[in-house]
Amino acid sequence: MTEQHAIIRTTNVVKTFQLGRHQLEVLKGISLTIAAGRYISIMGPSGSGKSTLFNMIGGLDKPTSGKVFIDEVDIAQLDAYELAWLRCRKIGYIFQTFNLIPVMTALENVTLPMIFAGTGNDEAVERGMELLRTVGLADRHSHKPSELSGGQQQRVAVARALANSPAIILADEPTGNLDLTTGEEIINLLKQMSTERGVTIISATHDFKMLNVSDEVIWIRDGMVDKIEQREELNISIGTIE
Amino acid sequence: MDRLVELPFGKSVEIAYKSIRARFFRSLITTLSLVLAIAFLCYVQTGNLIAEAVLQHNGEEAYRILERAGYDIEPGATSIGDSAKQRWIIILSLLVCVVGIVNAQLMAVTERFREIGTMKCLGALNRFILRLFVLEASIQGLAGAFAGAMIGAVFALISSTFQFGSTVLASLPYTQVAATIGAATAVGCFLSLAGVTYPAIKAATMEPVEAMRVEE
Ligand SMILES: Nc1ncnc2c1ncn2[C@@H]1O[C@H](COP(=O)(O)OP(=O)(O)OP(=O)(O)O)[C@@H](O)[C@H]1O
Ligand SMILES: [Mg+2]
Repeated sequence: MTEQHAIIRTTNVVKTFQLGRHQLEVLKGISLTIAAGRYISIMGPSGSGKSTLFNMIGGLDKPTSGKVFIDEVDIAQLDAYELAWLRCRKIGYIFQTFNLIPVMTALENVTLPMIFAGTGNDEAVERGMELLRTVGLADRHSHKPSELSGGQQQRVAVARALANSPAIILADEPTGNLDLTTGEEIINLLKQMSTERGVTIISATHDFKMLNVSDEVIWIRDGMVDKIEQREELNISIGTIE
Repeated sequence: MDRLVELPFGKSVEIAYKSIRARFFRSLITTLSLVLAIAFLCYVQTGNLIAEAVLQHNGEEAYRILERAGYDIEPGATSIGDSAKQRWIIILSLLVCVVGIVNAQLMAVTERFREIGTMKCLGALNRFILRLFVLEASIQGLAGAFAGAMIGAVFALISSTFQFGSTVLASLPYTQVAATIGAATAVGCFLSLAGVTYPAIKAATMEPVEAMRVEE
């Protein structure tokens, strides 16, 4: 397989929510092709449907119509086991609210997906520690999330997302709850994962710092793709935004 | 390729145990109604055993002693069964207890929406979540029911020494008391599991997006 195969492809994805008697069309036909190994940012105003699109791509929700392919497999065709396997092995999720398991230590949080994947305890602990070292938190491995700062929690979440060496990392506003410098640390960490491990990173954000590291920016407006910009075109448009 | 996610049983027990420990106060509240109901059950049944022992050892005198102690007993009766009144009160208290457990467990599930959803995003199957909740309820049920049964039995023994004098302790059928404690513990475990069934199914079948959407 080449570096450029489409790891994610969506065709005309529509999502409507039923609100009482109202039908709210949040995604109005999104077709995207995302090549493996790239760092993609999805930008758009609040309420434009970014999180909704994420849930579709991540197999967390089903489109009303249209299809999502991951590695050219239509995820609507997967059964519960295959879907769980996909979430466990293929995709790493990072959330705005960190979402660590509160009763588990940092290390246990990172090893949980490995346990699901059938990794033995010793190997999981070893790899978990290595990942915590990568994110600079090896010395905090026995701390509970409540004993960590927001930035530290998000770094644990990054380590957890990498637990089973996924091909894709989906990050929904990973820096949304962090201050500027901590946010930058997380962005750099993600960029590092993308260049060193070839992980495809897809990140929704309002954060313009994110644009500097992106290979491609997808602008979403009102549930539709507004424009897609490659890295080279970016500098010009950033100038006009700010 | 074997595309299966798994959660070894030992690991589930470990997670369930840690979860209870980390939320000790919460678990205590969930278990408290069970402790009380089982204590009551065991108290009544042990009390009956004691009265029975008194009846067998004190001959004619026994009827008066028991009547004074508040037992409804006909002269000439040869044993003390659970009275219908007792049985109704016990059944009612156990019912109230199950309702209390369902209520507390539903709240626990709601509090843990995000946690459950996150686990699902990490690849947990419905039955992992179900198993975690059932294991937690079993551990809580076992510990709570045993504690309740012991409390009930000890209480019955203490109050009977006050009523009948300490000589009664010598004539008690202790194996039967132990059996009563065992049975009450088993009933408690069953109630705990019965109470968690609906909340656990609710947690297990939740879609991951639903969990993520919950605001804090
Ligand atoms: N489950 C749902 N039921 C009804 N409406 C929903 C649901 N989920 C999302 N919406 C609506 O869909 C629209 C898009 O929501 P979404 O969360 O995707 O926006 P977003 O681009 O992620 O915004 P933000 O940048 O604020 O996170 C919103 O108007 C929201 O109210
Ligand atoms: Mg959003």
